[in-house]
Amino acid sequence: MLSYVGRRVLQSVPLLIGVSIIGFALMHLAPGGPLAVYTLNPTITNQDIERIRIVLGLDQPVHIQYFKWASGMATGNWGYTFFGGRPVLGVILERMPATFLLMGSALSLAILIGCTIGVLGAVRRYSVFDMMATSGAMVALSFPTFWFGLMAIYLFAIKLGWLPSGGMYELGEEDNLLDLVRHLILPCLVLALVITAVWSRYTRSAFLEVMHQDYMRTAKAKGLRAPARLLRHALPNALKPLIALLGIELPALFSGALVTETIFGWPGMGRLFVDALNMKEYPVLMGMIMFTALFVIVGNLVADILIALLDPRVRLS
Amino acid sequence: MDAAPAVLEARNLRVGFRIPGGTMRAVDGVSFALRQGETLGLVGESGSGKTMTSLALLRLLESPPAELAAEAILFEGRDLLRLSEGAMADLRGARLSMIFQEPMTSLNPLMAIGRQIDEPLVTHLGLSARAARARTLDLLARVGIARPEQAVRAYPHQLSGGMRQRVMIAIALACRPAVLIADEPTTALDVTVQAQILALLRTLQEEMGTAILLITHDLAVIAETAHRVAVMYAGRIVETGPVAALFARPLHPYTEGLLRSIPRISRVREATLPEIPGVVPAPGQLPAGCAFAARCGFADDACHATRPVLTPSGEGREVACWKPRHG
Repeated sequence: MLSYVGRRVLQSVPLLIGVSIIGFALMHLAPGGPLAVYTLNPTITNQDIERIRIVLGLDQPVHIQYFKWASGMATGNWGYTFFGGRPVLGVILERMPATFLLMGSALSLAILIGCTIGVLGAVRRYSVFDMMATSGAMVALSFPTFWFGLMAIYLFAIKLGWLPSGGMYELGEEDNLLDLVRHLILPCLVLALVITAVWSRYTRSAFLEVMHQDYMRTAKAKGLRAPARLLRHALPNALKPLIALLGIELPALFSGALVTETIFGWPGMGRLFVDALNMKEYPVLMGMIMFTALFVIVGNLVADILIALLDPRVRLS
Repeated sequence: MDAAPAVLEARNLRVGFRIPGGTMRAVDGVSFALRQGETLGLVGESGSGKTMTSLALLRLLESPPAELAAEAILFEGRDLLRLSEGAMADLRGARLSMIFQEPMTSLNPLMAIGRQIDEPLVTHLGLSARAARARTLDLLARVGIARPEQAVRAYPHQLSGGMRQRVMIAIALACRPAVLIADEPTTALDVTVQAQILALLRTLQEEMGTAILLITHDLAVIAETAHRVAVMYAGRIVETGPVAALFARPLHPYTEGLLRSIPRISRVREATLPEIPGVVPAPGQLPAGCAFAARCGFADDACHATRPVLTPSGEGREVACWKPRHG
């Protein structure tokens, strides 16, 4: 098991290098640059811009810039922001709790509701409930997240006035937990909606697959009642593909969080990324890309380890 | 043997599947009685309705699409069709057990086999985890698995097919049921392992007095194991009687054909193995008369016109045929 984890960690190194090269290349291929904002500023001369370019190292060839950045990363130095000169890792970590709060709450909610809908749909296949859940999931998957976000703001914040339209706190209420929850509800529901739809579909098919296996017939022939059959025999077997799905769905969760945070002005990593993209903050963008890649790799590793713990055929072979 | 009372009796059992444009009859009025402590062989070709019959008896068929009907399915004096699902669950695995054709897939791959054998003991007998485990170790030893203490921690994928079928037998017999339904228990196994499993079933039957309904397409298995046999054709029983008499003097032309198509070493000089021409009619396309008439060398107009019913013909035998052999 330990050697398996070690091998997976080593395998992820070339993956991370590849991600960084592609990310760096795409960033520099995009038109404009961090200095473009100064060209319209009448108080900054061309000589000033050239000086800033040299100070920031942007005058050097792209591959030299990459190697300087990469060698810094290898020693744990994530670089400094162009505007303000703050350490990139610090900037990212500062935004992490807000994003993890949003993603964590939305994911937990989505898994809880999605799995329940999926199991009920599988047990009562083709019932009215199952049909409604299926069409509901299709609707949720067919509309873009930002549309749901805008509609939620329009309905609950503007028309009904029940909940705030954005942000994380009212001014001066930073320690008020209730205020935080009020701000969390809308973005959390909007982010959870699409994930719930995905999970209800996957849970339904995972359970349907399992419930027609021979060992489920054996469980019934043993005289076990439905709850025991579902919990002890169907659930662990159905959980396996769902855990793998959790690892695969992490990038989608990140991009969903990015859109949701932008719409609701949630001060998380998604907002940071969008802001950095507009400002062409290369160090922050690269830092975000590497952070996300690392998170997804670790998430998949954890998923694989969980599967090995669940399935003796994986664990003992 | 004849004096023993019936422990499981099916009366006019029918299983249909609803399909677009009607109902497909897979089992069409099957009646039989399984007596205490005996082995009744139910034999027939693929598609003759044997497995559907066995699953119907335990009410394991999924409904819909399956539709189950019968005059009665009497088990220990109670009609299984009138029991609630909960009362049925209390009988399954406790008084009325079943083992299946595919030992490779019939065990939960994620659960150690010890826990899988503990389950019926805890569920039906209310044993503590510790008491159940003690019984499980004893059961594993009885079904011929060496080193039960290690075997309880093994997972299904670590066992051979024969070992898994032994585990299935341990699960089925854990609560000393009155009836065991064995649906093709040896079909998926090697020939040498087949003989071991059949011998094991015989031994355990003698120890526990369990009646066995043995479902198979293999006449050799019937000859070796069963006391009585019922031959199924196209969802109906066409002949039934004690094994020795039925094998020596088959009455139904179909039974005769089945017996003639067994390869025998003493018949090496025959160029080709005799076979029954044609195929089993599909359910839903049964003729008005005898279902076997189209493949039968003795059929006449009466056979095609009217369906024969199972009629006693002495020596505890019954046959559904207008022109029985050796009549």
